[in-house]
Order: sequence, then C-alpha cells, then structure tokens
Amino acid sequence: MSTAVAEVVEKKSEPLFSKKNKKLITNPLDIDNPITVQVLGICSALAVTTQMKPALVMSIALLVVTTSSNGIISLLRNTIPSRIRIIVQLAIVSLWVILVDQVLKAYSYELWKQLSVYVGLIITNCIVMGRLEAFAMGNKPGPSLLDGFGNGLGYGLILLIVAFFRELFGGGAIFGFKVFDAMGIHYTGNGIMLLPAGACFIVGIVIWVQRSLNGYRETH
Amino acid sequence: MENLVSIGIRSIFVDNMIFAYFLGMCSYLAVSKKVSTAFGLGLAVIFVLGVTIPINWLIQNYILTQGALAWVGPEFATVDLSFLQFIIFIAVIAAMVQLTEMAVEKFSPALYGSLGIFLPLIAVNCAILGGSLFMVGRPYNLLEASVYGLGSGIGWLLAIVALAGVREKMKYSNVPAPLRGLGITFILVGLMSLGFLSFLGFSV
Repeated sequence: MSTAVAEVVEKKSEPLFSKKNKKLITNPLDIDNPITVQVLGICSALAVTTQMKPALVMSIALLVVTTSSNGIISLLRNTIPSRIRIIVQLAIVSLWVILVDQVLKAYSYELWKQLSVYVGLIITNCIVMGRLEAFAMGNKPGPSLLDGFGNGLGYGLILLIVAFFRELFGGGAIFGFKVFDAMGIHYTGNGIMLLPAGACFIVGIVIWVQRSLNGYRETH
Repeated sequence: MENLVSIGIRSIFVDNMIFAYFLGMCSYLAVSKKVSTAFGLGLAVIFVLGVTIPINWLIQNYILTQGALAWVGPEFATVDLSFLQFIIFIAVIAAMVQLTEMAVEKFSPALYGSLGIFLPLIAVNCAILGGSLFMVGRPYNLLEASVYGLGSGIGWLLAIVALAGVREKMKYSNVPAPLRGLGITFILVGLMSLGFLSFLGFSV
C-alpha cells in the first residue's frame, strides 16, 4: 500500500528525459511493478482479464487517469491542506474517471457494459491513490506525469499478460481470434481459467516467474 | 422476509465480494497476516458498507436517477443527474469513513493503532464503492439494499479472517523462495475461491 512519506526524486533543473526520469517509467514495468510488487490495484486486474480486449481498454483508461491526476495533484501539491488531501485527491480522480466513463459509454457502449462497475472503480483503484500519496504530493509535475505514466504501463503489462493466458487457455482465442481453430486443432476451453480462481492462479504464477528472474524476495 | 434471507445468504456466500468479484483485494492481501487485525478491519468494513449502501440508495433514488427529482417540482421531472453518481457516492463514503475512524479512535485505541493507515484507506476500498455500484444495478428496495450491504460486509469479513487463519499457518511450511509472500497468497485465494464455488446455486 501507499507509503506515507513521499519519495523526492528530482533536483533543480533537470531535463525531462534524464536517466533518473527514465527510471520512473522503466522501474514500474519490472522491479517496482504496481501489481506484483507494490500490491496495488488488484481488484480490477483480476476482474477484467477474462479476455484481451477489455483488459486493453481498462489499461488505457487507467493510464489516462493515473497520468493526468498525478500531473494535476502535483501542480496543486503546495496548496492542498494535508488534512483534507484524501478527499481533494478523490475529487480530482473521480473527475477524470467520469470523463473516461462518459467517453467509453459514448463511443464503445458494448465494452462499457462489459467493464460494468470496474471503470467506476478506477476511482478507488489503489494505484492511482497510492501514486498520488507516494509521489505526486512531493514532486514536480514533470516527473509526476512520468511516474503516473510508468505505473499505468506497468499495470497494463501485467493485465495483458494475465488476460493473454486466460483467454488463450479459457477460450482458445487471442483478441477474439480463435487461434487453435485456425491451426486446425480442436480445443475445448478450460473453464477454470474463466473463473475468478483462474485469475488468482495466473497472477500467482506471474509473480513467481518474475521474482525468480529479478531476485526480489519476501519473507512471509 | 424470505426474500431478505435469500439476499443475505447470496451476498455472503454466492456473490462474495472477494471470491466472486475481487473487490477490496488490496487491503485484503495486505492486512491478512494476523487474524486479530483482519477481524477488526472486517468489522469496520461491515459497518461502513452497512451504512453507506442505504444512504447511497436514498441518494440514487431520490436525487440522481432520471426523473428522481420529480418530488421537487414537475419542471425537474426530466433531470438526469446520474453522471454525478461516482463523485457523490465517493463523497458519502469518505465522510462515513472519517466518522468510523473517529469512533474507532475514541472507543478502541488498540484497534486504531493496529489498523493504522488501512482505516482511512477503507475509503478507497473497492468493496465499498463496488457495493454501492452493484446496488444501483439491481432492483432492490431500501430494506433489501441494507441487507445486501450488511451481507456483503459479512462475506468480506469471513473471507479475510479465513485467509488470515491460513496465512498464520503458512509460516510453518516450506514455500519456494520466489513464491513466498504475495505469490503463494494469490494461489491460496484462488483455491479458496474454488471452494466458495460450491455455494453456487445455493438459495433459500
């Protein structure tokens, strides 16, 4: 969950894409991944990943929300009284979520229905709040935008990996394209992959593989 | 009455917030290391869910839906404020959480200390907002909505206490090092969710 003290990264005049700032984007993809390391934003990651398409749309929606609310909160960071900061943050996040929700509703109604409550739940997605608390409250807008963008990408990466395996094994398809049928193999979908349990198993295995590779360890 | 019992049972076991919808997973995974803390957080969640869902039901049905403002006057009968749903629901929830926090701090400082940051974070617990959003999508009346809220909270409490119980015992088992902690917990949740599937189709 969110750490209480914000990490301060930048010095005075630094180019936007300095080495340090690039790390803000690449770290969340691997050693500082919001889902598998920081344990943020699990709910939607598990719920929308039965197929690739909703997972992709959800990732994009979250990317927009984290990036823009990180930027705005960072601009306002010196004017927000700390006692009411949670509600200020929630208000700004829900503003962006309402925008995303209305756009989705207008332009791709079917998908909006499929994602159902989970778009609204971006408001309470801990990645957004976690990054606002841990980063945007203590850093300049530039790096904060990058941090939001990086964490959105890290979230999307895991979402797509999980959705890939769930759709492939559960329905024998990728993005709705029947892979096994195209190869001439008869494949009966594995129902367990489409159940909530399947998502948990896949995320567990993704974490296992990732931690075997990067050496991150946890003691119980 | 039968209907109420049925909604209660469904929301506790069949439509369990954790095992069927994955709502409130973040704090579920983070606070489930000890049974006592898990139990305290579970009680707080029951309280917040049980209070916010009826309030949000009233707001939804008397202010937000299309035509809901007809009681103000005929010229308001066509107003549709449902796009404000998210922001109003979350404001109600944040206010209730603030109240709960003050109550817990006053009456049980020990629990307040052990819950720490997670108490204010109930405001961003997806189970709470999710409960309200699901309630909107179902044709419940006020009483049914209250039962649904309480039932969902109880289901969440059951789930977190069960997981905490298992995790306390996990200390004694030899898990492969990269799988330790979060990884094995996910697999545990998956297995428990399979177990809860046996309630499917269960009705009174």
